[in-house]
Amino acid sequence: MPASYAQLEAEATARWEANAKRPWVRVGTALCGQAAGSTSVVSALKQALERQGVDAQLSEVGCIGLCYAEPLVDVQLPGGPRIFYGDFDPDRADELVRAHVAGGHPIAELALGYLPPEDAADDFVPPAGLRDLSLHPMRAWENRIALRNAGNIDPMDIYQYIATGGYRALSSALLEMTPEDALQQVNESGLRGRGGAAFPTATKWRFLAGNPSRDKYVLCNCEEGDPGAFNDKAILESDPHTLVEGVILAGYTTGASKGYIFIRHGHDGPIDRCRAAVSQAQELGLLGEDIMGSGFDFDIEVALTGDSYVAGEESALMEAIEGKRAMPRFRPPFPAQFGLFGKPTNINNVKTLAYVPEIMSRGGEWFAGIGHERSTGTAILCLSGALNYTGMMEVPLGINLKDVLYEAAGGIRNGKKLKFLQTGGPLGGVLGADNVDIVLDFEVLRNAGAILGSGGIIAADEDTCVVDLTRALVAFCQYESCGKCFPCRMGMSHILEVLERICDLRGQPEDLDLMRSTGENMQAGSLCGHGQLGFNPVSSALRYFPAEFEAHIIDHECSTGVCHGPRYSPVRSRR
Amino acid sequence: MDGLEQRIDRAVRSQSQPTVTILSSLLAVEDELHYIPREAVERVAEFIGATVNDVWAVASFYPNFRFEPPATRQVEVCWGASCHLMGAMAVVKSVLEAAGLDDEGERDDHRLSVRFNTCLGACSQAPVMSIDHHLAGRATPDHAGFLVSELLNHGTGEVHAS
Repeated sequence: MPASYAQLEAEATARWEANAKRPWVRVGTALCGQAAGSTSVVSALKQALERQGVDAQLSEVGCIGLCYAEPLVDVQLPGGPRIFYGDFDPDRADELVRAHVAGGHPIAELALGYLPPEDAADDFVPPAGLRDLSLHPMRAWENRIALRNAGNIDPMDIYQYIATGGYRALSSALLEMTPEDALQQVNESGLRGRGGAAFPTATKWRFLAGNPSRDKYVLCNCEEGDPGAFNDKAILESDPHTLVEGVILAGYTTGASKGYIFIRHGHDGPIDRCRAAVSQAQELGLLGEDIMGSGFDFDIEVALTGDSYVAGEESALMEAIEGKRAMPRFRPPFPAQFGLFGKPTNINNVKTLAYVPEIMSRGGEWFAGIGHERSTGTAILCLSGALNYTGMMEVPLGINLKDVLYEAAGGIRNGKKLKFLQTGGPLGGVLGADNVDIVLDFEVLRNAGAILGSGGIIAADEDTCVVDLTRALVAFCQYESCGKCFPCRMGMSHILEVLERICDLRGQPEDLDLMRSTGENMQAGSLCGHGQLGFNPVSSALRYFPAEFEAHIIDHECSTGVCHGPRYSPVRSRR
Repeated sequence: MDGLEQRIDRAVRSQSQPTVTILSSLLAVEDELHYIPREAVERVAEFIGATVNDVWAVASFYPNFRFEPPATRQVEVCWGASCHLMGAMAVVKSVLEAAGLDDEGERDDHRLSVRFNTCLGACSQAPVMSIDHHLAGRATPDHAGFLVSELLNHGTGEVHAS
């Protein structure tokens, strides 16, 4: 007999309350934390707690968004605020444990600030001399839906997810809603795909729901090969159960029998945390047969791909799950008719699915009330490059990109000026600094020729050479072409060759036309977006910075000097 | 210590996920051996009921698969757009010089290899490199070169990334 939600919730609450009686030390160990050295911070804190005999809960959590300050450690004493320490030096672990965890006195000079407890009473007294991080520019603009638990709970502990309301949406959907009711909520929410295409999710789901086949699949795409985007991986690392719950809800709504979560091999953090979440959900009867006594059977498998950017394209993704080369298929037939293993299939991005539990529990109308016109909900942005605050934010759609850059992200570092943004992955190309006064809205951005894509925003300052960056983007696209369509395979190589020549300051006046005609052929003769959009990096750079290309080609000059510096490209793709 | 063929066989047969394919079997071998020897291609073909050609087609497509044993220490430098803009080229230069290499590849003595990675996934910490798959962000040319020299000078020791 599977456990009921009430039983699970009671168990989770009891565990949560027992834990709340001890100090709680959290360390961010998502990829951003790891790259900043959080692995040694965790072991130093563990040793310090043991050495001093202090009874505390030490958890590895995901990414709270303030990546620039990683490694981030926070200490919460029972009933108190969370006090954060940024750029934490593992050599100070003993001091932190002695003074704060055991002694109850925060080390003010090391602290970044505090977050008040969620259930803070009206008479909550903020800790003296510390700033309130909920007013930090990166957090003040936020409205966290998909990221509501990110950095807060232990991603490897299903009970912490349940204690914060997790799987309640699943329980009520399975027991109280028909699949059609659930689809209606998604429809009312106005949710659109966050993988880049912004296609209405309910419409996509209806294609699959309407297919009477017995075996149907829902696929969650976490290939995420875009340099500059790490939000999918961050969701898996920070709150994998949100995604698991979203996939099960997608399965119920569309009448699917099985879900696959697809991740690139080698990203061990996201893979391990996602696999653990799936097996914990299986153990508690949230996956498998007759979930929570509803009669609905559904399971999830985590599938891995080798290194391939094109594996993130939906039909190539299905080929990779089938164990083949990740090359796009001809369409029609479309996945909703003939998808994975020939069965009807639906493919969604991680972020899209991560919204679904909250949409089900708070209602589609609530979600539709956030955002801007037809762009409902939030955008999960990854900020990197020459910004003062780099990291991850979840902001309501409809806010101005300029505010994200100059307010939330604190502007360009070292007092420099913004030259351009590189958004939406390598295929998104660049957006000139004069064009960033723009509302985050799928239609507005599309009409302006900008791509939000999966949310990666990379800022380049005035010292950057746009021709050099274009060459690097094209080198990526060339390396990652799967090779199926020759206009893409050869066109990317050809354009890269021309750009190498221009960066060597040996360009010729006809080079721009040569690239344009190659780009047109790629667009016309490629099966998937990789080739169709593969000229975007060049065309967008030419649109905003024609003079800089001309200076390289005609005057043989690179005003930033970047093209005189070291330059390496990966070995040419062998595909 | 089991022989190569036993290790391959165990890796291929002990896959626990329901969907077992050519690709998943090759990834299992890679996890075990960190490369794909000829014997593994043959064993995977036999296990899946595919031809050796089918398996090679998949193995040769994904650049994470390599067909020679890896170098003792593996350094990767990310050249994704964030890292590129934040100075990856200077980091690459310094890493290659310290490694005694002209370009992406492996030292003749197999002690160290340098590979460019398209995205190591920690873009907010750009430029990022990795040593034996442990990430090290906010890399500077000097520190990156120092880390690589340390790897070569103390080949068996642990090097902390930051």
